[in-house]
Amino acid sequence: MKCQRCEKPATFHITELASDTPDELHLCEEHARLYLTQTDEPEEAMASLAGSLAQQLKIGQTAEDLARLDQQSCPVCGITFYEFRHVGRLGCPHDYVCFEEELEPLIINIHGATTHTGKQPKSGDNCTDGRTELIRLRREMQVAIDQEDYELASQLRDQIQTLGEHDTST
Amino acid sequence: MKLEDLARQCGEWLRGSGPESDIVISSRIRLARNLADFPFIRQCNEGDRLAVEKSLKETIFGNDAWKDLAYVDVNTLAKVDRQFLVERQLISREHADSDGARAVAIDHQEKFSLMINEEDHLRVQVMHSGLALDSAWKRINEIDDSIEQNLTFAFHPRLGYLTACPTNVGTGMRVSVMLHLPALVITRQIEKVFRSLQKISLAVRGLYGEGSQAMGDFYQISNQITLGRSEQELLQQVNDVVPVLIDYERKAREFLIRESQKDLHDRVSRAFGILCTAQTISSEETMHLLSSVRMGINLGLIENLEIPMVNQLFIHTQPAHLQKLRGSELDTVDRNIERAHYLKNHLGKARKMDDDDAEKN
Repeated sequence: MKCQRCEKPATFHITELASDTPDELHLCEEHARLYLTQTDEPEEAMASLAGSLAQQLKIGQTAEDLARLDQQSCPVCGITFYEFRHVGRLGCPHDYVCFEEELEPLIINIHGATTHTGKQPKSGDNCTDGRTELIRLRREMQVAIDQEDYELASQLRDQIQTLGEHDTST
Repeated sequence: MKLEDLARQCGEWLRGSGPESDIVISSRIRLARNLADFPFIRQCNEGDRLAVEKSLKETIFGNDAWKDLAYVDVNTLAKVDRQFLVERQLISREHADSDGARAVAIDHQEKFSLMINEEDHLRVQVMHSGLALDSAWKRINEIDDSIEQNLTFAFHPRLGYLTACPTNVGTGMRVSVMLHLPALVITRQIEKVFRSLQKISLAVRGLYGEGSQAMGDFYQISNQITLGRSEQELLQQVNDVVPVLIDYERKAREFLIRESQKDLHDRVSRAFGILCTAQTISSEETMHLLSSVRMGINLGLIENLEIPMVNQLFIHTQPAHLQKLRGSELDTVDRNIERAHYLKNHLGKARKMDDDDAEKN
């Protein structure tokens, strides 16, 4: 696909959700950067993120590497790395765990650091990844319901309840 | 509490008091938080969104101190009312424009708001008048602690608080100070100032977060980095730089008074004159002229008019505010007429007193 503003290949696919109907834009790197930094209400996060991603893509990764990376998905929420790259938003807290390696250069690019040094939860619970299990179970239950596999759905519901109760009791 | 009642008040951030309030309008801090056991907003279905909202709403109203917060269902709110909350900075534009279950809980004094299902499940925002970041941090930290007693926020042992966008990960904190910098704009130094701020990774935006074009010479300075520095360090960086900007602006004002007082006085008086006598006026022109008037008051070039009144005019002449105050929907043409009328009514008194003074002299 060609960039909508020039002859270069479109490497950025942007979906604008500002109006009632989503607008799709297909742009080359240069025009994407221009677009993202010049809109009336720039999503500063989006702009800097897209910029960082673009820089990263230049460093090192071959098209095949990127294609392989793009297909990886989070076992908890199902978002693919491709989706993240194109929207700039992650799907669930577990993405930070399952895409840890891929996100690291991006995080360094944005923050110049990799380790949080600020506030810790008062509860002392400084690793909440276990709780994302509930997200996975709820998603699987929804799939079971959609496929009319009610036996599986009810098993999953029981698991969710057990886990949920455990959560409130801690 | 009804939104109409809010419209008549002025709200904390435009109170026009607090330290350095001739130049610093407000200090704002926001924290981004997500529940550990739900997907981020993008992957939420409507059921998830409702469950997140229910959970946060119950926690908020389970706190005795917050029983009388105003709870607004943003999803079912009319467009003009959503715009109204954006103009007051109680919700973000993104929050106003998105779809699905979402809400905001608002403190009566408008010193804080809790946005539910914005880009993150919860965005806590505290606003104090003038340069008051330390008190704003103290308050938001208490609010965060109190909510965290009943909920588990997504937290990673190395990365800290997890957010939908990696640009907010770590502290999830954005510290922002809104400044009125008309003299730096007139003397064309503002671009230079921005470039130097960007070098130390501070971001500069306009009044409502728009790009480089700042309405009414209002600029928000905020941190871009959220990871690898503690909340205190992030606060300190902004706290260190704001006094420098205040000093630049004061020097630019002194320069203008010294080198071109006639021109400056002329500019301020003309702005005041147009605002008092226009029959139809756009929001943009109003902001631009009020900016000159505001500086004029601070420099003693206009008397009989107080800063809080000008601050009030800045907000009350915004499109949704005009319509809320009028009690009916107005199109652009009618709004421009209503705005001119509103300005004339509120500035007329000051103008008359000015004229009386002139006659006495």
